[in-house]
Amino acid sequence: MISRLANPARFMRWSAAVLPWCGWLALAVLAVGFYLALLVAPPDYQQGDSVRIMYVHVPAAWMALAVYLFVAVASAVALVWRHPLAEIAAAAAAPIGAAFTFVCLATGSLWGRPMWGAWWVWDARLTSVLVLFFLYLGYIALVHAFDEPGRGARAGSVLALVSVVNLPIIKFSVDWWNTLHQPASVMRLGGPRIDPSMLVPLLVMAVGFLLLFLTLLLLGMRTALNERKALALRFNRMPAPGRVATRETPLPAQSPIP
Amino acid sequence: MLDAVDHYLAMGGYAAFVWPAYAVALGVLGGHAWRSWRRYRASTAALEELQREPRPRR
Repeated sequence: MISRLANPARFMRWSAAVLPWCGWLALAVLAVGFYLALLVAPPDYQQGDSVRIMYVHVPAAWMALAVYLFVAVASAVALVWRHPLAEIAAAAAAPIGAAFTFVCLATGSLWGRPMWGAWWVWDARLTSVLVLFFLYLGYIALVHAFDEPGRGARAGSVLALVSVVNLPIIKFSVDWWNTLHQPASVMRLGGPRIDPSMLVPLLVMAVGFLLLFLTLLLLGMRTALNERKALALRFNRMPAPGRVATRETPLPAQSPIP
Repeated sequence: MLDAVDHYLAMGGYAAFVWPAYAVALGVLGGHAWRSWRRYRASTAALEELQREPRPRR
């Protein structure tokens, strides 16, 4: 099923049908999420209204981790099976993950100032998420660092696979070390420790962020496939002596030069 | 009425942290979505333009 849907031509067909639905659904769920987070959810008995930052911060943090896992799995598929769509999916997901990580760090800082009295502390959770942000940036830079796109994608895939070790470090940092950051209160054994009046807005925002990720992923993958197809067309129309294999004019698998 | 709005916007004294947090989230994610959409439209237009051109003779 997945390999059927992952054929590039078939992907372009089904993603064209799914993309508008996914996009509008993401907007609708996020609108409900913002409404619940800003107007319906009660202020916390200790944190007051600053707890509303959590409805952005926590889902963004979940997405930062989930998207990196996605990049790593897609990279593994790209390395083992050499599937072209897997490479494109990993490269399209990374900037979205970096955006979620940045939102997580910035909103965490804005919550930390009034609650902890500091914009930033070098505790294990914060530092490992900052490392995740730099890993995203490193992956994106590496993928675009080669003239030949295939080499960049392979180098990026290796980086993503090696650095996936950072994900369990982030997840369990609050258990392994004494951190200022609080331990898990939703994804823990024994169920969530949050009142439904706060848990529901949190989960709605998380679903909204997930749908936003899927929308932007499909959009990014379609853009990459369009650009690759346009490059191949341009290459085939170039006069033979001028053909140079660079990022702008990739060498096709079968060179038409006799 | 206006007092109620003022009271809400004050966010219990945390307005300086809550609103920037939402602004960052909307700005970064919305900005990324906007850029992705623009780039997608441009790539679709460029590809259609190329496909409209007649194939060169070999």
